[in-house]
Amino acid sequence: MIIDGFTALYIFTLAAFTGYEVIGKVPVILHTPLMSGSNFIHGLVLVGAIIACGHATTLTGQIVGFIAVFLASGNAVGGYVVTVRMLEMFKSSKGK
Amino acid sequence: MHNYSLIIQIAYYAAAVLFIFGLKRMGSPKTAANGIYWAGLGVLVAIIATFLFPGIHNIALILVAIAISSIIAWWSGRVVALTAMPEMIAMFNGMGGGAAAAIAAVELLRLVGHPTLQMPISVEALGLGGALIGAISFTGSIFAFLKLRDWLDNIWFPMQQIVNLLFLFGSIALGIAFVITHSWVLFTLFFIASAIFGILMTIPIGGADMPVVISLYNAFTGLAVACEGFLLNNIALIIAGTIVGSAGTLLTLLMAKAMNRSVSNILFSKFGAAKGGTKVEGEMKALDIDDAAINLNYVSSVVFVPGYGMAVAQAQQKVWELAQLLISRGVDVKFAIHPVAGRMPGHMNVLLAEAGVPYDYIYDMDDINPDFDSTDVAIILGANDVVNPSARTDKNSPIYGMPIINADHARQIYCIKRGKGLGYSGVVNTLFFDEKTKMVYGDAKSVMNRMIQVLKENE
Repeated sequence: MIIDGFTALYIFTLAAFTGYEVIGKVPVILHTPLMSGSNFIHGLVLVGAIIACGHATTLTGQIVGFIAVFLASGNAVGGYVVTVRMLEMFKSSKGK
Repeated sequence: MHNYSLIIQIAYYAAAVLFIFGLKRMGSPKTAANGIYWAGLGVLVAIIATFLFPGIHNIALILVAIAISSIIAWWSGRVVALTAMPEMIAMFNGMGGGAAAAIAAVELLRLVGHPTLQMPISVEALGLGGALIGAISFTGSIFAFLKLRDWLDNIWFPMQQIVNLLFLFGSIALGIAFVITHSWVLFTLFFIASAIFGILMTIPIGGADMPVVISLYNAFTGLAVACEGFLLNNIALIIAGTIVGSAGTLLTLLMAKAMNRSVSNILFSKFGAAKGGTKVEGEMKALDIDDAAINLNYVSSVVFVPGYGMAVAQAQQKVWELAQLLISRGVDVKFAIHPVAGRMPGHMNVLLAEAGVPYDYIYDMDDINPDFDSTDVAIILGANDVVNPSARTDKNSPIYGMPIINADHARQIYCIKRGKGLGYSGVVNTLFFDEKTKMVYGDAKSVMNRMIQVLKENE
């Protein structure tokens, strides 16, 4: 699907408002977990890295593509593990 | 092929809904714990669907990269101490920024030597913009990581801000030159200049401000990812990146507000360079651990004020053990948390929750401050700037105006501290020189251990 410029602009604007509203009024205690959680969400960059690396035809392209996938997976997996560990604290203390 | 493209679109749509839902759940303490699972599912769905993309080659290469990186990231994310979470977030965030920049490199270098390939100039500009922001976030986050590890000091040099601006404008100029010429040399120089700017921007910033900076770089990476989404014409990337970009920006502003600082003040002022003009009167009075513990036999109310020192010493379990001992003897025990105590907002809450301290013992600054007037002992556990009364009175102090925990209003104050050093801001803490203050020197964990022992012996 090819997105034209204005559709892209609409998506961008609405997504920006969504991000702003979702974070809106969060207690201070959740600032760090939320930063970590949003850090994980941009780990979706792995999707872009797979596409870029998957379409690379030159050696340079493949090397840089490999680096992109490598870095992006680190972002996604590391971001997930750290966020889960941090949020587990909220779970365990709630039961007590 | 057409069916696949429908599947991909559905997967991306589902992913977008799942991120927003997950992020929303992470915004409330009750639902936070499972918010990450929803977001995780969203990312997983989108990634699997991407393998169905038409014309994806190099699958083995991709899988090897994912496997190696995932194992390292999973392992390091798992074993790292909870105190080191901030720097891990910085590191993983930097990797995301680097990935966005690398994507731009792969896609834009296709244009080099292929004059027939056409790309709308707006898309090319967005791709380069993403590369610039991504590269800044990459090196900036890595240097933030190094600083939080204490492997790097604050670095200042003459004309720093002018040099920084030169690199920023230099890399923008190189980016424009690349759009015109499509030369890979210019592209490489563009990358190097952006990366150096990221380093230069980070090195003068003090460690206490790092959380805000990491949050800013987090928003940067989000924006870079969104830009690469435009370059790749990929809606999932645009949505995920933009949401993080705006949520991250708001989070950065909220964090800066909790420290009573503005973001520009954090980025561009030499915080910590000025030592403040406080003339300190009196001297620090040391108190033996055993004596301090015995004194605790005769008090009826205690407020613990944890800070980074508690985190470093991993003393949270022992602190709670001591607190429980006091509670069992009828002492009124509370924990006072400053919004920015530790290295990150919420840092102390996470550690105390880990130790099993129930929520009803934990008080926010505004709720507990009036109670200090009727508190027998305030025990400062490696907190420093957040209890420094000069933030209220000394207009020359770099932390002037920051709201603080009113520990100095307690009848007695015990400061548990490893040494006589300054706090992270490098400002002298007048609380330590207060007549009511006793310094109990030692690592928070061993001090707690000894106090528990002494209290038990004196039963």
